Amino acid sequence: MHLVYPAVLSALLFCTGLYGVLARRNAILVLMSVELMLNAVNLNLVAFDVWLRDTLHTGQALTLFVIAVAAAEIGIGLAIVLMVHRNRGTSDVDRLRDTAERQEPDAPAQKAEATA
Amino acid sequence: MTTTTLAVLVPLLPFLGAVAGLLLGRTSPGFVRPLAVLPTLTAAGLAVVVAVRQGGGSGGGTAPLEAATRLTPTGSVPIDLALSVDGFAALVAVLVGVVASCVQIYSTGYLRGDARYPSYAALVSLFTSAMLLVVYSGDLMVLLVGWEIMGICSYFLVGHYWETPEARAASLKAFLVTKLGDVPFLFGLFALATDAGTFRISGILDTVASGGLDHPTLVALLLLAGVAGKSAQFPLHTWLPDAMAGPTPVSALIHAATMVAAGIYFVARLLPVFAASTAALVVLAAIAAITMVGSALAALAQDDIKRVLAYSTIGQLGYMSGALAVGDRGAAVFHLLAHGVFKALLFLGAGVIIHAAGTNSLAAMSRMSGLPKRIPDAYWTMAVALLALAAIPPFAGFFSKESVLVAAEHAAFGEAGNASGAAGWTVLIAGLLTALLTAAYATRLWLLAFRGRGAEAPDHGRQPVAMNAVLWVLAVPSIGLGLAVGYLPDWFDGHTLAPNLTTSVLGTGVVLVGGLVTYACWRHTTALAARTPIGAVIAHPDAEPAVAEVEAMEIHTRVYGSIASAPDPADPGRLLLGPLHRHAAVGFHLDAVHHRLFVRPVLAAAQLVRFLDREVVDTYVRGAGTGTRWLGAAVRRAQTGNVQTYLSALLAGSLVLAIAAVLVAAGA
Amino acid sequence: MSVAATAASATAAAGPGFLSPSGVEIAFLLVGLVTFGAALVTVTTRQLVHAALWLVVTLGGLAVEYLLLTAEFIAWVQVLIYVGSVVVLLLFGLMLTKAPIGRSPDADSGNRPVASAVAVAAAAALVWVVVDAFRTTWIDLGGPAQGSTEVSGRFLFRNWVLPFEALSVLLLAALVGAIVLSRKNGAARADGNAAGGSGKEQR
Repeated sequence: MHLVYPAVLSALLFCTGLYGVLARRNAILVLMSVELMLNAVNLNLVAFDVWLRDTLHTGQALTLFVIAVAAAEIGIGLAIVLMVHRNRGTSDVDRLRDTAERQEPDAPAQKAEATA
Repeated sequence: MTTTTLAVLVPLLPFLGAVAGLLLGRTSPGFVRPLAVLPTLTAAGLAVVVAVRQGGGSGGGTAPLEAATRLTPTGSVPIDLALSVDGFAALVAVLVGVVASCVQIYSTGYLRGDARYPSYAALVSLFTSAMLLVVYSGDLMVLLVGWEIMGICSYFLVGHYWETPEARAASLKAFLVTKLGDVPFLFGLFALATDAGTFRISGILDTVASGGLDHPTLVALLLLAGVAGKSAQFPLHTWLPDAMAGPTPVSALIHAATMVAAGIYFVARLLPVFAASTAALVVLAAIAAITMVGSALAALAQDDIKRVLAYSTIGQLGYMSGALAVGDRGAAVFHLLAHGVFKALLFLGAGVIIHAAGTNSLAAMSRMSGLPKRIPDAYWTMAVALLALAAIPPFAGFFSKESVLVAAEHAAFGEAGNASGAAGWTVLIAGLLTALLTAAYATRLWLLAFRGRGAEAPDHGRQPVAMNAVLWVLAVPSIGLGLAVGYLPDWFDGHTLAPNLTTSVLGTGVVLVGGLVTYACWRHTTALAARTPIGAVIAHPDAEPAVAEVEAMEIHTRVYGSIASAPDPADPGRLLLGPLHRHAAVGFHLDAVHHRLFVRPVLAAAQLVRFLDREVVDTYVRGAGTGTRWLGAAVRRAQTGNVQTYLSALLAGSLVLAIAAVLVAAGA
Repeated sequence: MSVAATAASATAAAGPGFLSPSGVEIAFLLVGLVTFGAALVTVTTRQLVHAALWLVVTLGGLAVEYLLLTAEFIAWVQVLIYVGSVVVLLLFGLMLTKAPIGRSPDADSGNRPVASAVAVAAAAALVWVVVDAFRTTWIDLGGPAQGSTEVSGRFLFRNWVLPFEALSVLLLAALVGAIVLSRKNGAARADGNAAGGSGKEQR
């Protein structure tokens, strides 16, 4: 089998996940997209491991580890999302803007008061 | 102690006195008077000892005292702490010491209750020290240090009554005008040192003697600018009459015997440098002639007694410049000595008169009788000093002035080797004319001050003993210094200073003519005095003399509308000068010329700079701030708080970098 | 067999061209298309629960691909962990956050154009580079199975024991962390409620 097939599929899946991370609003959907990206990497690892016939099977071992880490990540991530949802009442990524200096679109009136 | 040690102590003692006075003035007022008088007095005594030990100087066979030490290497042209005491230096130092001591003693009475007396006394001491440094210094840089200290001290002392606007303006003017001359002076010093390769006066004189000076005319003219500023020669003399806003003892010290003498003394020391350039000597002669005649005319028109004396000082300095212009420094320094003594006496006497009369206006004094009875000491000593000023034969002024005229005559007839005939004639004619005018204004001063008719002079009580004693001390050399004419050549260059018959007769003749004409005019005009009552007299019987002086100066401007002249038809000067009087009273409008030539361009330039600073430079400064703020606002817009936006930017950037890396690796 | 030798032999055994695919390749391609399509639907659908279900399809497709690459152990692990637990977790998350059922018009944020631009550019770059690099590389799927459970167990417990154990610690930490994150907040809220309740009672 040509190595190109899994490699290209992996690249496409990765970019799909990338799009999801950047475009999705719900935090859980973002987490799904992250899973997609991780899986794309896994596919790559397996394909190259098979191709190289590595005696240590580094690629497959790493794939297993990545799966385990992904499971841990999804657990922690969901816990965080739940907590945020409980505290803020939303799990929309683009509404969690506490790191912005001030909420300009929401508070032009406040700004006017502040300058006045 | 060796003579060198004594000579070092002479400038050092007043300096230490000044430092101690400034430090102790506030905490222990009891020490102020001793600290002011004793160091100066000691320095005067030491200066006499140095002069006696040094003996005849170069002319008398004793070599000039030269000592130098170099503290640190200072580059291509070394600067030494050098001492150079020849006959000129020794005698001028004695004059400075004596006059400064007299002024310090006089000031203890004159400013006895002044709150700022400690700082005043310390500044006078510092001033004396600086002048002695100039006199004894054998190195031009060290001389310059003293020269500039005098400038700043004169600024402080003239502005002693800084509560009055006149004093503030006068001190600033004195400082700025002398600095105007000091800038070319500094360049001249550098040019001279570069040509000669040394700042040592002896070294420079050796260079000149061997003809090693490359730019004699340029150097001499640059130096002349500084000399004109310091010695109040045309056209930089305008600060001196205004400087009369200072206390009278300051006028006596600074503006008669020391500071203005520094310029003359400097030229006398470096006369070979000036003599190397005929053009410089001719310029000096022209300056001297204009200064002499102009200032004598102006003196005739002044109403303030101190301003009369100030213009007279300028005129006498003109004589000294004239003597230097004809290459006779012996005559110049002789006149400097004699003039220092009798002009100090005149100023100090004027202080007494102002106090006793309660006015500084001659017009007011001429309507006041009995002044001689109130202040007999001042009356007699002033008469002596005025006779000396007018150059009546047995007095000191006669001999010194005759020596100048003789030198000019020698030059005019080509008998002196190194002076041009043109300079000689200029000085001779101007000198004779000035002698006539000097006699006129001296007579006018005496008549108006002491021969007034009208109300009795107010009683200000007896003058302090310190002040009267000083007057008599100074009166002695004013009478007798002429007798030294036989010995002085030994101290100077050696050639005779004795008057000859022609100039004596000529000079005394014009003096008598001037005096008699003025007397006749006064007889004619004095009848008018009773008809036009005039006068601004104040009476402070108990206050110190300085208070009377300050108020007199203030009142003069308020009553007469001018600080210089008074609308008095009984003034003989008005009759003598005729239409010229109006111009002479304001110093021939030279202040206006200066205003137009220097002050206004400077103000305009300052305004331009201000505009440039406010509108142009500040725009850039403000623009830098505003631009940064705008940039910050723009960047802040990117700070949305949306994590996805950040991540998009991050990934897009890394993508671009990755593609770039791939392209580079692929060699595209 | 060393890595270099394997690579050399694989390169030497560059298989036939792309126009004459083998059966495994055809299967891989078809499953790959399904997987990719499902992934696209996952990230674009407006129904949140559907997205999770389409994710199941994607992950299952990937499991098939692992099988086709003879990595059977990983394939089953994939099915177990991803399809079995992760997706269930995600669904629970969706439910607990009260995600709307049915079409939600605001599933995508305003960042979509930028996201698609970045994604398309990244895909183009990656595909170009990968294709350019591995055009002729051939995977030899013959020989002894490389990913059977036996082989996996051998390399995992012979060569990778220590990382494996470290990973178990990581998983434990994640477990504890998830519990703490969920509990602490809930406890605080319960306290607040209790306090409020008591306050009301007192009033």
